Amino acid sequence: MEKITSLTVHETLDGLKNKEFTATELTAAYIKEMEKRRALNAYVLETPEHALKQAEEADRRYRDGTARVLEGIPLGIKDLFCTKDIRTTACSRILDGFVPPYESTVTANLFAAGASCLGKLNLDEFAMGGSNETSCYGPVVNPWQEERKLVPGGSSGGSAAAVAANICAAATGTDTGGSIRQPSAFCGVTGIKPTYGRCSRYGIVAFASSLDQAGPIAKDVRDCALLLNVMAGYDHRDSTSVKAEVPDFTKALGQSVKGLKVGIPAEYRPAGLNPEIAACWDRGIEILKSAGAEIVNISLPHTKYALAVYYIIAPAEASSNLARYDGLRYGLRVPGEHLDNMYINTRSAGFGKEVKRRIMIGTYVLSAGYYDAYYLKAQKVRRLIRDDFVQAFNRCDVILTPTAPTPAFPIGDNSMKENPINMWLNDVFTVSVNLAGLPGLSLPAGLSGDGLPLGLQLIGRAFDEETVFKAASAIEKECGFERLK
Amino acid sequence: MIIEGKEKKWEIVCGLEIHCQIISESKIFSGASTRFGADANENVSFVDAGMPGMLPTLNRYCVHQAVKTGLGLRAKINKFSEFSRKNYFYADMPTGYQITQFQYPIVGEGVVTVDLEDGSSKDIRIERMHIEQDAGKSIHDIDSRKTFIDLNRAGVGLMEIVTKPDFRSPEEAGAFLKKLRSILRYLGTCDGNMDEGSMRCDVNVSVRPAGSDELRTRCEMKNVNSVKFVMQAIENEARRHVEVYENGGTVEQETRQFDPISGQTKVMRKKEFAHDYRYFPEPDLPPLVLTDEYIKQVADELPELPDAKKARFVEKLGLTKYDAMVICENKEVADFFEKAAAGHDAKKVANWLMGDFFAMLKRKNLTIDESPVSAENLGALVELIEKNVISGKIAKDVFEIMSETGDAPEKIVEEKGLKQVTDTGAIEAVVDKVIAENPDKVSAYKGGKTGLMGWFVGQVIKESKGKANPQIVNRLLAEKLN
Repeated sequence: MEKITSLTVHETLDGLKNKEFTATELTAAYIKEMEKRRALNAYVLETPEHALKQAEEADRRYRDGTARVLEGIPLGIKDLFCTKDIRTTACSRILDGFVPPYESTVTANLFAAGASCLGKLNLDEFAMGGSNETSCYGPVVNPWQEERKLVPGGSSGGSAAAVAANICAAATGTDTGGSIRQPSAFCGVTGIKPTYGRCSRYGIVAFASSLDQAGPIAKDVRDCALLLNVMAGYDHRDSTSVKAEVPDFTKALGQSVKGLKVGIPAEYRPAGLNPEIAACWDRGIEILKSAGAEIVNISLPHTKYALAVYYIIAPAEASSNLARYDGLRYGLRVPGEHLDNMYINTRSAGFGKEVKRRIMIGTYVLSAGYYDAYYLKAQKVRRLIRDDFVQAFNRCDVILTPTAPTPAFPIGDNSMKENPINMWLNDVFTVSVNLAGLPGLSLPAGLSGDGLPLGLQLIGRAFDEETVFKAASAIEKECGFERLK
Repeated sequence: MIIEGKEKKWEIVCGLEIHCQIISESKIFSGASTRFGADANENVSFVDAGMPGMLPTLNRYCVHQAVKTGLGLRAKINKFSEFSRKNYFYADMPTGYQITQFQYPIVGEGVVTVDLEDGSSKDIRIERMHIEQDAGKSIHDIDSRKTFIDLNRAGVGLMEIVTKPDFRSPEEAGAFLKKLRSILRYLGTCDGNMDEGSMRCDVNVSVRPAGSDELRTRCEMKNVNSVKFVMQAIENEARRHVEVYENGGTVEQETRQFDPISGQTKVMRKKEFAHDYRYFPEPDLPPLVLTDEYIKQVADELPELPDAKKARFVEKLGLTKYDAMVICENKEVADFFEKAAAGHDAKKVANWLMGDFFAMLKRKNLTIDESPVSAENLGALVELIEKNVISGKIAKDVFEIMSETGDAPEKIVEEKGLKQVTDTGAIEAVVDKVIAENPDKVSAYKGGKTGLMGWFVGQVIKESKGKANPQIVNRLLAEKLN
């Protein structure tokens, strides 16, 4: 028999409802797996007692008949989500020992639906990175070909690795420039960044406020829909969350894609695109076409500026968002003779290299004399990128692209160490979606020649996650991707 | 005001930036209370403390107050405005940035008419008004080595009103601050207490040769906290500039501090050390968009403002301009006056109010709300004089009793038997008595010393214990002596 930890969320819910196992048994099984897989370094904090206590409640509710929609589902929570009374660090030394006295809206929604918390998952420091190597807790190992010590992607590297390794039933992620989708692709799991404003950002440690969005990383498309149903919704505590009806996303699954117009952007197939990635993409196109979808060639002409725009706007917002980490009220404090010395000592010791790099870039692009040339210009181009999508969606209903330009790469890759731009290039297919605020989903659709998962990205209109889910489920059904069990 | 230099005459060019604390129950971007006088750090939410993952949410009421204020300043309300972050590190600014408005403020250009001592008035133009959050307080004097932080004020809503450089004298600036305070209090959008810091003033001063229209380098004095100090700061800073120029120097653009003890200003921060605030649009808050209907709805709620009230008191109630100005400066006084004057002689009520009534408040150190004499009773007292029930002289005694007991004047007059005697027969008896008892004075009067009439009147009134109606006394005496 398959291990219960290998089950998807919907299979697990069936098992719990049918009394095949209890939530306590399930949780204990996950805790055992977590212990066995500690070498992955996916969890930065395990909370087994907490999870078992929640499991007890879940079992009681299954007995009472008061079970909620995610009753008894053990989740891993990206350590960017503030969890009440559970240490939250954003994997930065600067938040050393920080225990929030409040719960993020997204995790509160999940726990209120009966899900439980197995622990906090590793990520790139403050979600800044594409390989999970900037975490102050060290890198996460991709569970695919563990011995090769590959990165899981980032920033939600712990989340994607944990879901792939079956050490949680599903996980939360956040995505500022691809941080849900790229690690999902690298680890062979499914993740969706919903439309900006779909999920509340309240209680999520901020990286770049106008781009950050929470979403699920899970074992399949249906699990993502189930989780997003619960995570999404208007929250008066986040003024950028949107008062939009949250449909039941699972209803879109398995629906026919006949006549669906699928856009294929020319700019996403540059000369020199990794042939394995290109082949995976072609296979995705073929699947949708065979299912009756209409393939439309589209253009997103400002794509080439997206990375540059992203790496101005995201650091600009980050430089301001991270100003609050001053050693005064919480987290790390390194004393100094005067207030300024204390700031300098604390922030020098508390932030890692990549975070410092982005704070400096962000400070620079907002400075007097540079603002117009960088930040303001970037905002204008951001508008053009958004307009590209508006134009494209006049011609198609959903856009299909690769998620990342490469499969997972080795931890400590020299070319990326030497030139951080090489690392940033990982985000080339994902950042535009954040700049435009659109929903984007990554699902595993094939393997590279040496057996690493490759992901495809589906991009939808704002607040049209349903079409994204519909197309994703059509590809998932036909591509026969085998998860790690 | 013209400053006489050694070589030429100079004029002052001054503009003000006034931070006004918005009257609201909760802070502008969080639900924490704004209650004054709470224990340190009692009114602090996770948002105010800049905790990770916390987000600002705009307080609807603060927007309402700002629009109301904008309308009171006869200013343009901008239907589109935007919040920005002003980035700087300071221990009492927990997020490392202040949420304010930069490029797109909620209120645009407006005008405030000020009344000057010579009876003239002048329009001071408002450049803009924006809303923002206040910082906390650093307390340096509890411990010699430590600084303590109180975040109760952090996040309280402020309106920053910026004038054009329209002030040509300290007096104009002083009159403006008083008028602004009066308008804000009428509107109920700021209590205007400069000594408590709920209204704080930054003063920008430069000078130029009288009659020229150039604009020279200005210096800014931060947080000057009384009308008197603002006036002093303007004058002394302007004189300093004149001295610098006349000695062949140049004025440096800098931030200065006004020292209330010496009355002088000193350098706080040179231009080279000016902060680069790295303003950018606040990504946590969408732009603020107001509809015409909303603005109209706020406009409909506006109370009558001091200028309009003053004009009405002059035109409809016959007050002098000066009396109307004094009474209208404070809304409570104006309201009290209107209540007291209802149905009575408004001018006489105004005289009583500004005379005996204000003197009584001052003597007892009471605010008008605490007055033992109610508006209705003050009106009633004036009415008793008008109806000849008591004389003006007796009225003063009655008022004294009113200010002790709070009783209605009618009751006092009744109980103490102070009612003026208007019965001609009764007064005639007294007149006859006085005439009979003073034959020498009578013959002197008849011999031509008509000035004795006043003495006769006084005697009769004294004899009647002040209750005899003076007009009747006069008439009867005249009849009998002539």
